[in-house]
Amino acid sequence: MHTRIHLKTYLLIAVMVVAGPIGNLLIAKAMKQTGPIRYWPPSELLHVFLQVFGSFTIWAGIACLITFIVAFMLALSVADYSYVQPAAALGYVMIALLGVFLLGEKVSPLHWAGIAVICLGVSFIRGTHPRTTENPD
Amino acid sequence: MLEYILFGLIIVVGTGGELCLGRAMKETGEPEKFRPSAVLRLLGRALRVKWIWIGVAMMATAFFSLLLLLSFEDVSFVVPVTALSYLVGALGGIFFLGERVSWQRWIGIALVCIGVTLVVIGR
Repeated sequence: MHTRIHLKTYLLIAVMVVAGPIGNLLIAKAMKQTGPIRYWPPSELLHVFLQVFGSFTIWAGIACLITFIVAFMLALSVADYSYVQPAAALGYVMIALLGVFLLGEKVSPLHWAGIAVICLGVSFIRGTHPRTTENPD
Repeated sequence: MLEYILFGLIIVVGTGGELCLGRAMKETGEPEKFRPSAVLRLLGRALRVKWIWIGVAMMATAFFSLLLLLSFEDVSFVVPVTALSYLVGALGGIFFLGERVSWQRWIGIALVCIGVTLVVIGR
């Protein structure tokens, strides 16, 4: 029972940490592909709308963000909010890794220090029991 | 003055919305299995809990406040302040959801706040 809750929680947080940043990245990429948006005349806005929602990238991003929110809701059904919310900050680590390995961005030493502190914080949280309340059923 | 109101909305209302989501999911319970059909049934049950809709409305308010704040404040200023939402979340977990936050979890939450702030400043 104890291990089952741990495993479920880790799995769901892992899905959140991967799906959230990738979803944001894909949506940002899709929006950048459209270039600067002109709001007038309305036909121009419709053209941008069709261009954005006609791309595979935006739908892949939306699918990732739906996966993120479903994993978040499931995680909250299994574990404490005060456990899931800070543990999901591992998403910042994912963002940095995606930036370095996929986009070739440079990450400053202070940024890496922040990532190390987040990982340390999450390791403290991981040492506590994921659920301190009883579910009604 | 407006920026303080917006910060308050983002931190308190945004975190409050997630706490309502947490309340709704605690009331709904866990899925028996992680099969798509079981997950869909659970989500269907969750949508009938009022806390979900209160939570979504609060999260939407916080999201639009964030957009408004980002229109005149720098991200490197906004995000470190919103890192306070981890502390507000832990307090909400205790008082709204009845969770027990141990000293070890408090230390972890404080470190996450500091870490998120460093990540944003280091950009």
